[in-house]
Amino acid sequence: MLPPLVTLSRLVCAALLLLAATILNAQPHPLHESVRDLVGDDPEKRVAAVYKIGISGHPLAKELLDALANDGLMVNDDASQIFLITKNSTIDLLTGKEVTTAPSGLESAMITNAVRSALDQANAALALTLADPEARRNAARSLLLSTDAALLPIVEEAARKESDEDARTELLMTVSMLKLQFGSLPERQAAAKSLADSNSPVVQRTLSGLLKKNTAGEWVEPDSVVRQNAAASIEVIENRLRKFEIFANLFSGLSLGSILLLAALGLAITYGLMGVINMAHGEFLMIGAYVTFLTQGLFRNYFPDAFALYVLAAIPLAFLITGAIGVILERTVLRWLYGRPLETLLTTWGVSLLLIQGCRTIFGAQNVEVENPFWLSGGITLAGDLVIPWNRIMIVGFAIFVVGMVAILLTRTRAGLYVRGVTQNRSMAACNGVATDKVDMLTFGFGSGIAGLGGVALSQIGNVGPDLGQQYIVDSFMVVVLGGVGQLAGTIIAALGLGSVTKLLEPMTGAVLAKISVLVFIILFIQKRPQGLFALKGRSAET
Amino acid sequence: MISLQRLNQITQLLMVLILATGLWLPIGHWLFPPDSMFHVSAFWVTLIGKFMCYAILALAMDLIWGFGGILSLGQGLFFALGGYAFGMYLMREIRLDGVYKNPLPDFMVFLDWKELPWYWSFTDSFGYSLLLVVLLPGLVAFVFGWLAFRSRIKGVYFSIITQALTYAAMLAFFRNDMGFGGNNGFTDFKRILGFSITSPGMRATLYLLSATALITFYLLCRRLVQSRFGQVLTAVRDGESRLMFLGYRTLNFKLFAWTLAAVMSGIAGALYVPQVGIINPSEMSPAQSIEIAIWTAVGGRGTLIGPIIGAFGVNAAKSWFTVAMPQYWLFFLGAIFILVTLFLPKGLAGLWQKITEKITRVEKAS
Repeated sequence: MLPPLVTLSRLVCAALLLLAATILNAQPHPLHESVRDLVGDDPEKRVAAVYKIGISGHPLAKELLDALANDGLMVNDDASQIFLITKNSTIDLLTGKEVTTAPSGLESAMITNAVRSALDQANAALALTLADPEARRNAARSLLLSTDAALLPIVEEAARKESDEDARTELLMTVSMLKLQFGSLPERQAAAKSLADSNSPVVQRTLSGLLKKNTAGEWVEPDSVVRQNAAASIEVIENRLRKFEIFANLFSGLSLGSILLLAALGLAITYGLMGVINMAHGEFLMIGAYVTFLTQGLFRNYFPDAFALYVLAAIPLAFLITGAIGVILERTVLRWLYGRPLETLLTTWGVSLLLIQGCRTIFGAQNVEVENPFWLSGGITLAGDLVIPWNRIMIVGFAIFVVGMVAILLTRTRAGLYVRGVTQNRSMAACNGVATDKVDMLTFGFGSGIAGLGGVALSQIGNVGPDLGQQYIVDSFMVVVLGGVGQLAGTIIAALGLGSVTKLLEPMTGAVLAKISVLVFIILFIQKRPQGLFALKGRSAET
Repeated sequence: MISLQRLNQITQLLMVLILATGLWLPIGHWLFPPDSMFHVSAFWVTLIGKFMCYAILALAMDLIWGFGGILSLGQGLFFALGGYAFGMYLMREIRLDGVYKNPLPDFMVFLDWKELPWYWSFTDSFGYSLLLVVLLPGLVAFVFGWLAFRSRIKGVYFSIITQALTYAAMLAFFRNDMGFGGNNGFTDFKRILGFSITSPGMRATLYLLSATALITFYLLCRRLVQSRFGQVLTAVRDGESRLMFLGYRTLNFKLFAWTLAAVMSGIAGALYVPQVGIINPSEMSPAQSIEIAIWTAVGGRGTLIGPIIGAFGVNAAKSWFTVAMPQYWLFFLGAIFILVTLFLPKGLAGLWQKITEKITRVEKAS
């Protein structure tokens, strides 16, 4: 309970404030003329009023449009009283007075579909006056759809004032679109020509709409020059977009290639060493992805401020944990099976079953959620609908980083020398004093650790679940088989090649057929070069 | 210590018991009414019938892997091809009893196809279908094997390539456009040669046919591996290069064994489909094919009785696990893969051999 004096003084203050507000606002709302049309019976006038408010650029316009959109504009039966109801206040628009409660019997202003689309345009027009260039760019983009002649002078004016390059280009396109609809004949001819600079699908649709005939067999667009210019513009646009599309396709091939490379690189190393494909390799990818998931949880709970960095922290963690599991596997199981490759194949398959089921038992059979940090979400817009996502770009970079590290380690360090030695000729390396046993263990751990890194990358682009490894296993086998043993270059070229070929085939055949053709291609290719792309030259009869 | 003579007696008694039970299953199902105490339920007849098909598959795997040293990770493909070949006939035998009352199989009506694709022609003929069951897997295996063995692809490489082959085939069969029912494959069979497929008589017949096939293939394989051909095949496994230097065309030996194994697998598939009542592309999944290898490994490679025991044992365990505690089945299977390769390289048959040898030694010493 507050002391009575305090309560009293508060009441007085509130009353004074209310009085001041009433005096200040005691004139009609500056946009009340348009508001009257807004709640009137004439549908055309209603739409026009929305635009008028939008292009007025008035500081109070935004509030008004939002109120209209959210049923905050209330009107009585004969439209003699109009109230603007916002979260904090209720204002009688025609007198400008603030009231404590709106009278009963009011209805919210009617919003038809026409009004609603006009609202978007009006909001966009308003947004052109904002300070944030990103907001202005978006506004300019959404104005491209506008169909109201009244917007033309506003957009032209805005384009003249616009300092942001992208926004101005978009606005000029909107000007051309509007001129194409409402301008004089020379203006329309020029507009059809200048629209060639746009990448928007809307522009393409509008232009090709001009080139059609209606049911009576007449041209939709009567003027032949406009038609010619439109046709020329369409061709220019299509040519440009095709280039972007080819680029986007090449990129997705590169990105798939990088994914395959990350998935197969560790496998190639362990395969070169043991001569056996590790069937549990896919599960090492899975473990890497789950380590990322756990790191994410750790950061969310203990370091929420640094959450965006969790992926970076997961990289060394995944490498160490999967590497350690690899070492354990090599020490306890695989080292007893050297020289029995087919048995090793089956054993590693058994290990993969254990890991999958173990993962299901611990984390459940459902996929877990791994969130992209802000710097891995979104993408670069090339043109129109073509977007290159950041996570894919980063994966390409990450693959280059990992390959670079592996290459340096294998070719520039003593440990790498040992690994290459044991891979090429185990007994000769042993004769020269290389502790092959130790090299085996560390190399297997290293290859597994790289699979863990691949898992971190995969967690950022796809689902993380117990079956994650199974999706990549056959593909990564193919990369290794195609690339050949003991050569990093073979693995890289095989991965990128398979990625690009798959993505180039996909638009023509669909994803499944593309995959089947690639598999059949590999099966046939292996007949020709059983040792893969880059075989080590040797004279051994046993291969 | 048990004496060898005693052990042999017990084994013989067991064999007789197993054979008697095996014979009683179909007869009990067919001839005794459901309320009779000698009646056998359809479940058991189908289950053991299914296991016998798996045993043929394991026998085929043993021929190429255990004796020829060629590990196929795509044997499921040939099994499924045989199954699909016979499945086409079963689909045609549904006639107008499908959901849509249409002479076309239901899935084609569903896809709005108006007529059968060309490769479905003649499949309404029983004889042609039997021919297809043998020829289709045999031809695929022959072409693939000829290409692969000619390029001297062997060992792990060959295994991986067979895996890619069955994986590619699985993806292809998953497509509805292939005309093999996509994901769902073939099911809802009604009859064979006009007889209802669910009647006790038909079940017993299929069971007996599977048993006959299993025994025939067992005898055939025994004949083969004891012949000169079998010795060369084993030599391919143990030292292919040496054999080639001696002037043998190992290609021919490998190709024959490989194709024969595929045909055996195809026949096993054709017997399997009517008993189980469904065939779909999941039979071609790489995991399924690897499991076949483990049946053979558990039972004992390089012996002929071993893989049969392995197929029965592992699948019996699977049936039990998937009902009693499904979440532990993969743990069990994974553990078998590891433990058998580490500690039982010759499988159960090898273990048995060790035991009898030990008993013999003890007897001789005393």
